[in-house]
Amino acid sequence: MSTARSFSPRPFSYSWAWKMAWRDSRASRKRLLLTLSTSVLGIAALIAITSFEANVRIAIQDQAKTLLGADFVISSRQPFSVETEVLMHTLGGRQTREVSFSSMVYFPKNDGTRLAQIRALNGIFPYYGRLETVPADAAQQFQTGPYAIVDNTLMLQFDAQVGDAIKIGAFTFQILGMLKKAPGEAAAVSLAGPRLYISAHYLDQTKLIQMGSRLRYKVYFKLPPTVDPARFREQHLAHFERYRLASETVQERASSIGQTLDNLTQYLNLVGFIALLLGGIGVASGMQTYIKHKLSTVATLRCLGAQIQQIFAVYVIQAACLSVIGVVVGAFLGITIQTILPQIMQDFLPVRIDFFVAWEAIIQGIAVGLGIALLFALLPLLSVRTVSPLHALRISAHDLASDLASTSTDPWRRRLFVVLAVSVLAFAVMQTRHWSHALSFVAALAVAGGLLAATAHGMTRLVLAYFPSGWAFVWRQGLANLYRPQNQTLTLLLSLGLGTFLLLTLYLTQAMLLKKVELSGGGNQPNLILFDIQPDQEADVADLVRSFDLPILETAPIVTMRLSTIKGRDIADIRRDPDAADAEWALQWEYRATYRAELIETESLVAGSWQGHIASAADESLPIPISLEQEIAKTLKVSVGDELVYDVQGVPLTTVVGSIRAVDWQHVRPNFFVVFPTGVLEAAPRFVVFVSRVEESALLAAVQRAVVQQFPNVSAIDLDLILQTFDTLLGKIAFAIRFMAFFSLATGLVVLASAVSAGRYQRLKENVLLRTLGAARSQLKRILFIEYLFLGSFASLAGVLLALLGSWALAYYLFETVFAPDAAAIVGMVFLVVSLTIGIGLLGNRGVYDRSPLEVLRDDV
Amino acid sequence: METPPLLHVQQVTKTYRNGTHALTVLDAVSFSIPAGATCCIVGPSGSGKTTLLGLCAGLDRPSSGSVIFDGVRLNDLNEDELAAVRSRSVGFVFQTFQLIPTLTALENVMVPVELQGGTKAQERAAGLLQQVGLQDRLQHYPTQLSGGEQQRVALARAFVNRPKILFADEPTGNLDEETSQTIIPLLFDLNRSAGTTLILVTHDFELAQQTQRVIRLKGGAVLSDTCPQ
Repeated sequence: MSTARSFSPRPFSYSWAWKMAWRDSRASRKRLLLTLSTSVLGIAALIAITSFEANVRIAIQDQAKTLLGADFVISSRQPFSVETEVLMHTLGGRQTREVSFSSMVYFPKNDGTRLAQIRALNGIFPYYGRLETVPADAAQQFQTGPYAIVDNTLMLQFDAQVGDAIKIGAFTFQILGMLKKAPGEAAAVSLAGPRLYISAHYLDQTKLIQMGSRLRYKVYFKLPPTVDPARFREQHLAHFERYRLASETVQERASSIGQTLDNLTQYLNLVGFIALLLGGIGVASGMQTYIKHKLSTVATLRCLGAQIQQIFAVYVIQAACLSVIGVVVGAFLGITIQTILPQIMQDFLPVRIDFFVAWEAIIQGIAVGLGIALLFALLPLLSVRTVSPLHALRISAHDLASDLASTSTDPWRRRLFVVLAVSVLAFAVMQTRHWSHALSFVAALAVAGGLLAATAHGMTRLVLAYFPSGWAFVWRQGLANLYRPQNQTLTLLLSLGLGTFLLLTLYLTQAMLLKKVELSGGGNQPNLILFDIQPDQEADVADLVRSFDLPILETAPIVTMRLSTIKGRDIADIRRDPDAADAEWALQWEYRATYRAELIETESLVAGSWQGHIASAADESLPIPISLEQEIAKTLKVSVGDELVYDVQGVPLTTVVGSIRAVDWQHVRPNFFVVFPTGVLEAAPRFVVFVSRVEESALLAAVQRAVVQQFPNVSAIDLDLILQTFDTLLGKIAFAIRFMAFFSLATGLVVLASAVSAGRYQRLKENVLLRTLGAARSQLKRILFIEYLFLGSFASLAGVLLALLGSWALAYYLFETVFAPDAAAIVGMVFLVVSLTIGIGLLGNRGVYDRSPLEVLRDDV
Repeated sequence: METPPLLHVQQVTKTYRNGTHALTVLDAVSFSIPAGATCCIVGPSGSGKTTLLGLCAGLDRPSSGSVIFDGVRLNDLNEDELAAVRSRSVGFVFQTFQLIPTLTALENVMVPVELQGGTKAQERAAGLLQQVGLQDRLQHYPTQLSGGEQQRVALARAFVNRPKILFADEPTGNLDEETSQTIIPLLFDLNRSAGTTLILVTHDFELAQQTQRVIRLKGGAVLSDTCPQ
């Protein structure tokens, strides 16, 4: 008897596998391409975002100096001391001074008023880059006279033209130009606080610089190349700390913008990655259907002596080649989207973006995309390895299906799942650079996927359990298609459901946040705040407000101060402590404290005891009991009984934490971190805030106008303005985010198109059988319509359920607000998804009814 | 000296298990087929004919007993070695033709040669297709061919590698009588000229009468083993 060795297999022949892959794919290339192209949008999203990030990073690098407009900036809340002036002089180079503050501006042309950010310059600015204005020379000319450059948002809002007058405080300027862009500032900055540039020479004439005015003094430096500003600051750190000087170098500005960019692109990349994973599910599902059709070929090839690996290679080659095509298409699409992204994001970008192809990003996107597409394609392809050649003798759908089922215990399948999970986690880690964030992302994804899968399972079970056997045939048939063998209910529920979930959650959350702001001024809540009222204007402003029949709901005196020591430790010393990094802002903060005898309705005591008044006769050596807001107390790591020393405009005040308050910040009214008892700060330089409520918008504008005309230094902020600002900002952010979430839904629709295409042949056969049995074409069309109606409804409802859960969790845990979903948005979303599903379903099956039964039955043979 | 058998089936039993339930499809079947012989396996549905064919061709493994083909015990070979045996020495003709629908007639016939790494695959395939009368149908896909034409392509494919043995499972089972009348002579002619051993599974009594030997199966066991001529 011969040994087995004489029948040892021939060496693996790749050339045959390639040849066979090419031949075998001939009839199904289009369908396969559609299947593998479900990952195109995900790849496009990833490549677009990563390439765009590379573009922005290069732009930041190239335009670093224009981000600051200078080599170095020193700023202070106080006028610079003589010592500081001497120190700054030693830096050399050229210097430009700026004083900035918030004030109401008034357009005499149409009586418009609005709070704006005034920047009074004395000298060249910027040293690098330029103030972009219309007309362009306005930036050079405005310091030559009583001129102003006004933010374009403000000019648009009040229909102002170049040459019009604008009144700031007591002085009227002529608008010389419209400000389009300032160095290092994104356009969105103007939404929150529109900017105005004037010459510092006219600052006094505005009469806005008074005791208690909240000013920021800045010096922009253009330094000789030999001067290193960071080193200079290091050498004079003690001085900077002593005089509370803030400063920024070009590198610091670039790095902080880079950090913001990182956060944004990481988020967007993860959203893009979700689209890619959804595409992966589409690939797996499409390949599963494809391979089912190929099992008989596989069995025949095995009979003819093909080795398992050879046959496996045939299909891996097909998947790989078509994935490569999909990925390349994705890359081109990504580059196209990359050119659009700067327009979408332009309001948030402080730099001008020059387009270039970021090869590194593209290669990375292609590698990730190819990896994911192949991993998902391999899952169904594994079943090729277990097909018995016996099936060529006894073809039975049941036997082949059992072959597929047997792959569920295939160890390679388990290994592949592990590789997939590790790959997803690795990508998340790569993006977030934090294990914990990456794990949370993967866990959230798993939960969302699990919930959607459970919903799909539950829905099909429900349909089975309560099948409406009394319904008309077309309804029953359409419904039954959801759970028939080889149905794609789960795939479509996952892909369409996740897309719906992401889009709807974003929308509901945005609507909820707006509602929250709107509600904060509802009922009898205040909706108008007048601030910067000098003590000597208090009575007159109050009279003016009352002359409009408006109530003064609250009056709050405000005294600015800074922390000097905490528990006996100097602030400068604490700031050097690495543990205090999170408290940096609170240590540096210029506190606007108030004093009053009572708690107000938005406050409640959580620790200590409230002391509202100190008699003037009290022992001055005893610390003053103050009340701290609970979050600031936590940040400063102080509790009841701890001592804090405040510097109240040069006067040290020793205080002790007497109580800690919880504050409801969600109302348009002044709330405070620090509240003093009465009897202490009355003599300190202060300004006053009035809170009122106006029912009608017209009256709101009228009272603001009257206040600005009579008291130019008094500023007003109203709920309409907050809402408007918030809405515009949120709208712009949401648009950018929605743009990415859209990829998920679009991928879902591509998966649907692919699934429709993959199931087309089976549907063709079913339709032919039904037609042979006497079904009319209209009936078949209705069955199809009903199937996609249910599929779209189930997918969108699953997405809606998840979105409700997600936005409720955001409302409850993050925004701490009442969850009130927008019913119209939900209905709209369901309608959109259902319509798209039906549309794509019917479109993908067009022509199915036109084939003759004989033709189809013959094809089957 | 007696010619050693090309195929030797020794006490082959095949049992399928479904949970605790066991179903014996073949029970201690033994026979030998010498090289160049023609043999027909007949029997009613469920008698184990196709199962036996699958075991003889190395498509499946017996629960007990052994199949020795060309001196090699197939039980001892792994899947790839079995594939190598099929590739070099076995030809198949199926009831449902089993042509690969995505390949043309010519490509279908070329596959076994290509799998073996043989040369002149196209010439050999075209030559065989000419022998079966399909020289005008080389570039047609299976769906563009009639049932009889498809089976002729399958015959060409079965002989293209000059196999030592040909297994034909109900080769006329899917054909009408008239077409069958053209396929059967073609099968025997090709077999004769190639000197191939032929094992045929069929219900067709007339077809069975044309082989040198008829093995009747019933209930998984050999009922008779006769030589009609």
